[in-house]
Amino acid sequence: MSEGLQTVSYIGATILFILSLGGLSNPETSRRGNWYGIIGMTIAVLATVFGPRVTPQGYAWIVGAMVVGGSIGLYAARAVKMTQMPELVAIMHSLVGLAACTIGFASFIDTSTVFATAAEQTIHEMEIYIGVLIGAVTFSGSVIAFGKLSGKISGKPMLLPARHFLNLAGLLAVIWFAYQFLTAGSIQAGMLPFIVMTVIALLFGIHMVMAIGGADMPVVVSMLNSYSGWAAAATGFMLSNDLLIVVGALVGSSGAILSYIMCRAMNRHFLSVIAGGFGTGGGTVAKSDGVAPVGEVTPISAVETAELLREAKNVIIVPGYGMAVAQAQHTVYEITKLLREKGVNVRFGIHPVAGRMPGHMNVLLAEAKVPYDIVLEMDELNEDFPDTDVAMVIGANDIVNPAAQDDPTSPIAGMPVLEVWKAKTSIVMKRSMASGYAGVDNPLFYKENNRMLFGDAKKMLDEVYTALKA
Amino acid sequence: MPQTIGIPKESFAGEKRVATAPDVVAKLIKLGFAVTVESGAGNEASFFDDAYTAAGAKIAASGAALWSSSDIVFKVRAPDAAEVALMREGTTLVSFIWPAQNPDLMKSLATRKVTVLAMDSVPRISRAQKMDALSSMANIAGYRAVIEAAHHFGRFFTGQITAAGKVPPARVFIIGAGVAGLAAIGTASGLGAIVRANDTRPEVADQVKSMGAEFVGVDYQEEGTGVGGYAKVMSEGFQKAQRAAFAKEAKDADIVITTALIPGKPAPKLITAEMVQSMKPGSVIVDMAAEQGGNCELTEPGKVVVKHGVTIIGYTDLPSRLSKQSSTLYATNLLRLTEELCKTKDGVIDVNMEDEVIRGATVIKNGEITWPPPTPKLSAAPPAVKPAAAAPKAEEKKKSGGGVIVTAGLAVALFALVGLYAPTAFLGHFTVFVLACFVGYMTVWNVTPALHTPLMSVTNAISSIITIGALIQIAPPLAVGTIRPNDLILGMAVLGIALTSINMFGGFAVTRRMLMMFHK
Repeated sequence: MSEGLQTVSYIGATILFILSLGGLSNPETSRRGNWYGIIGMTIAVLATVFGPRVTPQGYAWIVGAMVVGGSIGLYAARAVKMTQMPELVAIMHSLVGLAACTIGFASFIDTSTVFATAAEQTIHEMEIYIGVLIGAVTFSGSVIAFGKLSGKISGKPMLLPARHFLNLAGLLAVIWFAYQFLTAGSIQAGMLPFIVMTVIALLFGIHMVMAIGGADMPVVVSMLNSYSGWAAAATGFMLSNDLLIVVGALVGSSGAILSYIMCRAMNRHFLSVIAGGFGTGGGTVAKSDGVAPVGEVTPISAVETAELLREAKNVIIVPGYGMAVAQAQHTVYEITKLLREKGVNVRFGIHPVAGRMPGHMNVLLAEAKVPYDIVLEMDELNEDFPDTDVAMVIGANDIVNPAAQDDPTSPIAGMPVLEVWKAKTSIVMKRSMASGYAGVDNPLFYKENNRMLFGDAKKMLDEVYTALKA
Repeated sequence: MPQTIGIPKESFAGEKRVATAPDVVAKLIKLGFAVTVESGAGNEASFFDDAYTAAGAKIAASGAALWSSSDIVFKVRAPDAAEVALMREGTTLVSFIWPAQNPDLMKSLATRKVTVLAMDSVPRISRAQKMDALSSMANIAGYRAVIEAAHHFGRFFTGQITAAGKVPPARVFIIGAGVAGLAAIGTASGLGAIVRANDTRPEVADQVKSMGAEFVGVDYQEEGTGVGGYAKVMSEGFQKAQRAAFAKEAKDADIVITTALIPGKPAPKLITAEMVQSMKPGSVIVDMAAEQGGNCELTEPGKVVVKHGVTIIGYTDLPSRLSKQSSTLYATNLLRLTEELCKTKDGVIDVNMEDEVIRGATVIKNGEITWPPPTPKLSAAPPAVKPAAAAPKAEEKKKSGGGVIVTAGLAVALFALVGLYAPTAFLGHFTVFVLACFVGYMTVWNVTPALHTPLMSVTNAISSIITIGALIQIAPPLAVGTIRPNDLILGMAVLGIALTSINMFGGFAVTRRMLMMFHK
């Protein structure tokens, strides 16, 4: 295949990738979008393999590596539970990061590339350096994110003393070693600063994600998504490959937008999420003073819940991470189906940061076959709560906390929340009275129109379902 | 020592309401209070003494006994001179007061060294809606106004085609779409009438339509919303245009219901004698503003009169005519206020002047007149934004504004650096990179939030395009004589390809699996 043919193939692949992302604007077109992505990827890989830069000696290796990797990937895709999606996505980000590192190192030790001018040489080395830097941060950060999401590492933020200074020192060291690296002159001399930088980047990635609390995970996952894109773009610069640059930029900006949307949904500044710890953005651990909610919580039984649901005309269900943990989405759907058959208008209200990654709840509900047209965003139904008879909160806490609106001293003040307390009755399903990830007490529980259904979400919902059927 | 809440019999002639209901008595007792009801206080509202006793209240034989034994007195109407004389020092009175209209009453109450909370002065903010007795009474009055009109109107409301001939539907015109007006609209359209309504505040047009009426605008540009969501006095030019519109509507209407009130001012005269004259004989006007002088020139407050063949109803006691309903709702409003006053639930009230709602309602505190309160915030504004919170927010905004400038500055500097020093080959890639960022930005904003997880997994799969980097390292065509650590590079490249293939195949497969699940 000639270079010209390869270039047009790359252009075709680029267009297909853009169409692929565009297809996701609607569930109807999304499946087509995924196919565009697959076709684009196939074209890109084939055009490269049969292009001028790969000789037939490499074919066996390529096929072998792809068969091994592909089988692992397909197996993982089939085996993963929908509740484990955040973990899978996180570990996949780490693979992109690791690949960016190996490619960077290989490119650095490759003596066959020659440059016309010294400036080009410097730029090339700079690109390698940045590519590996981003790749290493993505890799270690994603591994930690994976650990946190799968529960192998505690979800509590780990805050080292003077952690901002540690990060700053790391950054300065990276810049210093960049200078060393660029002026080294030979591969042997450059190797040491290069490796030191990689280690610093790995440590930085670990440190960054360790400091982030469980509730901020959606931001972290989308941020790592963005990093993996930038790593690909940097690799593209390194190899002077426009396809890589374009795709990396697409992925990078997509992840960045998702991070932005998540931050906005929590009314938090991106930097304060990344800097780590909840409520530490303003320098103090904000404890709402004097306005600690007073009153009694009113418990309710599963049978009474079923009673309330049966009497209701409009029901809104607000799922949270607790539903994912309890794997309760199928029971939720059974209840929904039953109620809809009885003519109850059941809808789902999804907060942008419900769960551990963007869109997590939608995927779980889709898995349980809940039709997507009754699954609505916060902005679409937040005004309907006053006309709602029962709002059922399943394993969510901070996203339905009225303190975000009423209490300016609350750490989550200003965060947009689902106004479930405006419904005639709200029912909160919860294991115990413990506060959410933000560590903020929730005045919702003490409202007089609120009922608490204590217990494991799955078990309780099963009981509600049985009572409803009876 | 729990305080005693006393509920006297209303002394105002014809007043049938009572300030509490047996159900509410039980809840007040739960809050820790003792409750005493004057014997026969609820008779007119069909709440008899035994019902109160069953709910846990004590019955006081006479008004004097009740006033002397109560720490807190709940009433509907403002107290008359005799009742004021019965008040003990330190008593708290909760009732309608209308402090602006009754300066003498305010003075005499103040001299008794009591605390007075006026239900008509509860601020109109979202948090206080549950205690808004004006709204709950207006709702009842609006309903009753239509019922009174129907009673005096000689025809059906709904249109019918019967064997005995065709009956046209009644045409109802409602002026003022406040709570009372909206309730009247709902009731009238529920009875089958054609309802048209007008209000000086243009933003209520949607509410009017939602209740099933047609909104009649006045062809004149002026904003009619005053402080706290109430109407205000309009300009001369507007009033002229308004009169013309009303004259036209009145002529066609069978029933006119007027509810126009401006706080603290006499009711505006909207229906002139000529308009009444132009109406069809047998038509009905219900003037709900009769107590404040009436919206119709011919209204006689408290009476039903027939002028030019048109029945003009000027009842001032519409809520009282639905005494059981209005007593129940009023009692609940009082209960909610009591809950705010007694957050500790120990049967002792705390008139906390820091609380916006309580501050607004309190017109006399320990003999000191505290009315009028500071201007209320707009009802649309979030209820509890304190200035202390507003200050840091503004600062934050400034900061992020500075952030934009800094970011823009950095970007300009970066671009300048790149333009100055980078070789041409790099610039080509750089162009592609920047453009691709924008394409990504535009495309991803269109992604529906429900598909954010598939978006991440598909971008993940796509980012395995990085495999190209490894592919071209594996066995590039080498110029003769180039020395290259082949095995090491090969190893790394194979590892890279294997890693990215996991992503490539796994990412697309899992995305497909997810997307298959999304269905209507």
